[in-house]
Amino acid sequence: MAVKDYIRERFFPYMWCAGCGHGIILNGLLRAVENLGLNKKDMVMVSGIGCSARISGYVDFHSMHTIHGRALAFATGIKMSKPELNVIVPMGDGDALAIGGNHFIHAARRNIEMTAIVMNNQIYGMTGGQFSPLSGYGAMGTTAPYGNIDHAFDVVDLAVAAGATFVARTTTYHVHELSDLIQQAIVHKGFSVLEVLSQCPTHFGRRNKIGDAVDMLKMYKNRTVRIGSDKKKADPDLIERGVFVKKDLPEYCREYDQLILKAGQKK
Amino acid sequence: MNKKIKFIQGNDVCVEAALYAGLEFFAGYPITPSTEIAEQMANRLPMIGGKFLQMEDEISSLCAIIGASLTGHKVMTATSGPGFSLMQEALGYAVMTEIPCVIVNVMRGGPSTGLPTHAGQGDVNQTRYGIHGDHSIIVLTASNHQDIFQMTVEAFNFAETYRTPVILLLDEMTGHLREKIDIPESGSIRLVKRLRTAVKSGIDYHPYLPREDGRLPMSDFGDEHRYNVTGLYHDMWGFPSDNPKIVYGLIRHLVDKIENNSHQIARFRKYHVKDAEVLLISYGASARSALHLVENRRRRGEKLGLLELQTLWPFPSDIVREVCKEVKFTVVVEMNMGQVLQQVRLAVDAPEKIFLANRIDGELITPTDIRNILRVIQGKGV
Repeated sequence: MAVKDYIRERFFPYMWCAGCGHGIILNGLLRAVENLGLNKKDMVMVSGIGCSARISGYVDFHSMHTIHGRALAFATGIKMSKPELNVIVPMGDGDALAIGGNHFIHAARRNIEMTAIVMNNQIYGMTGGQFSPLSGYGAMGTTAPYGNIDHAFDVVDLAVAAGATFVARTTTYHVHELSDLIQQAIVHKGFSVLEVLSQCPTHFGRRNKIGDAVDMLKMYKNRTVRIGSDKKKADPDLIERGVFVKKDLPEYCREYDQLILKAGQKK
Repeated sequence: MNKKIKFIQGNDVCVEAALYAGLEFFAGYPITPSTEIAEQMANRLPMIGGKFLQMEDEISSLCAIIGASLTGHKVMTATSGPGFSLMQEALGYAVMTEIPCVIVNVMRGGPSTGLPTHAGQGDVNQTRYGIHGDHSIIVLTASNHQDIFQMTVEAFNFAETYRTPVILLLDEMTGHLREKIDIPESGSIRLVKRLRTAVKSGIDYHPYLPREDGRLPMSDFGDEHRYNVTGLYHDMWGFPSDNPKIVYGLIRHLVDKIENNSHQIARFRKYHVKDAEVLLISYGASARSALHLVENRRRRGEKLGLLELQTLWPFPSDIVREVCKEVKFTVVVEMNMGQVLQQVRLAVDAPEKIFLANRIDGELITPTDIRNILRVIQGKGV
């Protein structure tokens, strides 16, 4: 099946700004699904609110555009009630880690099999450029006109600490790596978290004087390194990319199947 | 002895009835005084291959059951005031996306943390107006265990018939009260199955194109038809739209599908209403005291009657207007500042003849409390 067969052409062109990184993530995702040869009938995409959340409308899967921050909670209900479905949950940084932070850590703790993709553009784009929990100290935003005094979460550290059994990071510059990591996240039997640094030239790049989309992509190229790279030792501020955690632990839906067997004996 | 007769809490009756109705998925969060429902679900659902989820809060509980409903299951959550407040946004989502689900609110005293272990009926207006934006919604209640069973099953039936969230509004008193329940034989109460689309695979299915009767056949997530679900105003494909015609059509559909069927949705009980000179209108735990007073005074020849409401929303205005016409005056009995009283006054021809008998101190309103109010109204002194 060709990539174009996985989208709803009727709903294009998409509503993201010129230069936005989210389209690159959509591309990476579709290629991952194509490479894995997944059946559209088995695919569910659940998103929350924000620029990122619009991605669910564009894919020809069962798709649910829900409320702000709660995509993982809806997805948990879908996965638990029909575990054979392949559930992908793309979220923005504010969506996943501010309003949805609690659901994020609890989904990770349960190790329920689904793929959480944090489309991290470090800003609330749809509402016009307010700082997010991933903007970082000193960043500029419309609600941080004097520079942000909030410190950022490290999505990878947070996901690992919360119990996610697959945790990875990449950027929209590294398109092949992006598609490969999404594939790995989808096939992983447990809760997978993939953070993708995604440029928002309209709000983050402009307000923080990073430049346009190309400048931001160059920044992702120059300021990130593969995990374990020697460059990181020389320059600790470089951001690592790759798979941080990949482990096999009991998955929630399968655990519940065992629980049903136990309850059946009690009956 | 018939083993179908049990002596259990109202909350447990709700569980029995939900399972009778075909519940397969429950998600919830502990909160007094509804927790027993979650506890029993955790015990019972896995026995029949169903799923119970304890979520991280009430918000995610409602979100999870909405998701599970989309895969084709009958779903429910249970909570109380503070949890119900947290659920409002997801409740609006279920209204907008027309996803069947049942939400039990076992009322306690409010606002805020209020009186967790005491009775109150202060959430009547919240069930109707808690969410933002225009909409209509179905809210049912009951005063005794047999009726809790019936109304719980009806809640699932209405949710499927009208593709809407239905709120079952119980209260601490009936939820924790133990009394006899005769569990109906399987098949003795009609169950409404989910209406699924007959559109075959490969042919366009429009998830939000109502049939002539206003109903929208569903397709389960995981089946052949793939479609979009969104809380934004949406077209027949389920895709976001701000086209004024589509926006107008959808809001009218959401409101009309319930308001135009309010006579079908109205559930109530009449006790000695026919020749009543004084009418009581009540619901939930308060109706138990109202009924006690009516039966008691009837024995002394006083012509008291009771209209017990079981459907609170859409408010059964026609029925209320009709029964209030022939009586000297009407007293609304409830445990709040007069939330149903307001609706009754709006419904009747002579609102000046509608009075309130209430208690707002966390204690159950007693027959004596109601009688004292009647005496004041009748000029007999306290």
